[in-house]
Amino acid sequence: MKILALDSSGLVASVAVVEDDVLLAEYTVNYKKTHSQTLLPMLDEIRHMIDLDLDSIDAIAIAAGPGSFTGLRIGAATAKGLGLALNKPLVEVSTLEGLAYQLCGTDRLVCPLMDARRNQVYSGIYSFRPVAGEWQMDVVKEQCAVDISAMIEACNELGREVIFLGDGAPVYAGKLAEKMTVPYTFAPAHCNRQSAASVASLGAVYYAQGRVVSAAEHQPEYLRLSQAERERAQAERGTT
Amino acid sequence: MSETKDVLILAIESSCDETAASVVKNGREVLSNVIASQIDLHTLYGGVVPEIASRKHIEKINQVIQEALDKAGVMLSDITAIAVTYGPGLVGALLVGVSAAKAISFATGIPLIGVHHIEGHISANFIENKELEPPFICLVASGGHSHLVVVKDYGEYEIVGRTRDDAAGEAFDKVARAIGLGYPGGPKIDKLAKEGNPDAIHFPRAKVGESEYDFSFSGLKSAVLNYLNGCQMKGEDICKADVAASFQKAVIEVLVEHSLHAVKEFGYDKFAIAGGVASNSSLRAAFEEACSRQGVTFYHPSPVYCTDNAAMIGVAGYYEYIKGVRSGYDLNAVPNLKLGER
Repeated sequence: MKILALDSSGLVASVAVVEDDVLLAEYTVNYKKTHSQTLLPMLDEIRHMIDLDLDSIDAIAIAAGPGSFTGLRIGAATAKGLGLALNKPLVEVSTLEGLAYQLCGTDRLVCPLMDARRNQVYSGIYSFRPVAGEWQMDVVKEQCAVDISAMIEACNELGREVIFLGDGAPVYAGKLAEKMTVPYTFAPAHCNRQSAASVASLGAVYYAQGRVVSAAEHQPEYLRLSQAERERAQAERGTT
Repeated sequence: MSETKDVLILAIESSCDETAASVVKNGREVLSNVIASQIDLHTLYGGVVPEIASRKHIEKINQVIQEALDKAGVMLSDITAIAVTYGPGLVGALLVGVSAAKAISFATGIPLIGVHHIEGHISANFIENKELEPPFICLVASGGHSHLVVVKDYGEYEIVGRTRDDAAGEAFDKVARAIGLGYPGGPKIDKLAKEGNPDAIHFPRAKVGESEYDFSFSGLKSAVLNYLNGCQMKGEDICKADVAASFQKAVIEVLVEHSLHAVKEFGYDKFAIAGGVASNSSLRAAFEEACSRQGVTFYHPSPVYCTDNAAMIGVAGYYEYIKGVRSGYDLNAVPNLKLGER
C-alpha cells in the first residue's frame, strides 16, 4: 500500500510518501514562504528522488483541517487535482490527529495546540494503547476551536500527564505555566509541528479501514465559520 | 504531409465568485463552458465575501472541471495544455484554481499556462467573431476593472486608460444598493433604467486631470448619493427608474466618449468591449451607434462570455500556448497582477 500525503495547514509545508511500514520520502519546510509556491515543487523533488510512479499510489492523504483557511485550501485543491488526474481516492486526516500521531506510543495524553488567534486554539486530546500488537489512537476529547483556558481546564480535569505540541504551544506557554495543575511537557523539535509522514502513516491506517472519500467530495474541516457568516449569525441572534 | 493536430485547452477560472472550467479547441471553438455561480450566496451579504467564495470554489472545483471535460466529450489525456487564471482577483479564490490546475498538470505532464484575467476578458471577443484579429482597441469594464486597452497583437497589450477610483461595475453596484436594488447592481440597473428618463437628472461627467483616457466614477457615485439624500431631506419622492436611467447614461457617455476618442487618436478601425458591464444593453446600443457613426467596426461578446467564464481563459491560453508561454509548479496567485506582466 502506497500513500502520498500533504500537509499545508499551518506554517509548515510537508509532503511524504509511505509504502507499507516504510517512509520512502518526506520533505518538510517550516519557513515563511507561500505554500502555493513550495508544495508542488517539493512533491516534484521527492518524485524524482524516489522515482515515484504516481499511478502506483493507492490514495492521497490530506491534512484536512483545522488550520489556516488558505493553507488548508492550497492543500485541498492540490490533493483534489491529483485525485482527479490520477483517479485516486483521498483520505482525510484531521490536522490535529496527524500532529498527535507523531507521539504514537506515549502513555501520556497528547494535546496538540494550533494557534487560532484571539486567545483561541484548535485542539483535541488523544491517547495511545496497544491493541493486538498494533498501536491504536483514541480520541479523549474531540477536536474543537476553543479558548486556551477551556483546553487547560479539560487537561486538568483529566488529571493525567500531558504532552503539548503544535505552534500554539509556545504562544500559550505562559498561560500553561500559570494554570496547568497536572504535570506537562512539550514535544521536541523533530515531532512538534505538522508532518506529512505522520499524516501518511495515519492515513494508511484509515485507508485500510476503508475511510476514503472521492477527490470531488473532499473539502477542509475549518471548525469555524467565515467572519461574515459569524457576524451575520450574531446580528440575527441580536434582532430576535 | 503531416496532419495538424488540434490544440485542446482545458481552462480553469476562480478569480472571484464563479467556479468555471472550459475546453477550447484551436483558440476559437468552445467545446464546453461550465460555470458554477455563487451569486445567490453573496447576495445575502450585499457583495462578494472572499472567504465564502474560496470555500465554495473548493467544494465545486472538481465537479466543474469534470463536467467541462464530459460536455466537451474529451478525456484529460486528450488535452494539449491547461490554462488557469492566476490574477488579478481575490487571492484565496485564485489559489483554488491555481493549485488544482498545477496538481493536474503535475500528475499528467500536460503543460501549464498562467493566464491574466483581463487578457481572458479581451479574448472573449475572439470566440464569436472569428474574423476579429489584433490590432484593435478594447474597453474592459467589470465590477473590478475599467481599462482602455490597445490590443497590439495576441498577448501584447498597452493600457492607455484606467479608472482612478471605482471600477464602472463597482459604481453600478453601489448605486444599485443605494436605491435598494441589491446585488449585483449591473443587470438590475440596466432593467430598471428602461422604465426611466435618462435626462431626468443631470449627473456630472468627470474629467480626469491631464489624462484624456482615464476614468473616474466615484464622483458620479457621490453625486447620486447626494441627490438621494437631498430628496430625502426635502421629503421628495424618488423615482428610482429615473435615477437608474440618468446614472447609467452618465456612465455610458463617459465610456463611449473616451473609448472612441482613443480609437480615433490611435487610428484603429476596430473596437471591442469586454467584461461584465459589456453585457449592459444600453451600453451596447450606445457603442453600436457611436462606432457606426465613426466608421469603426464594433465587436462584443454574448453576455455569457462577458461575465467571468473559463472559455475566455482558454482562448487567451491558446494564444499564449502558441507563443510558447509555460508556467512552472511554483506558479502563484497574484491578486494585483498587471496586464502584460508575467
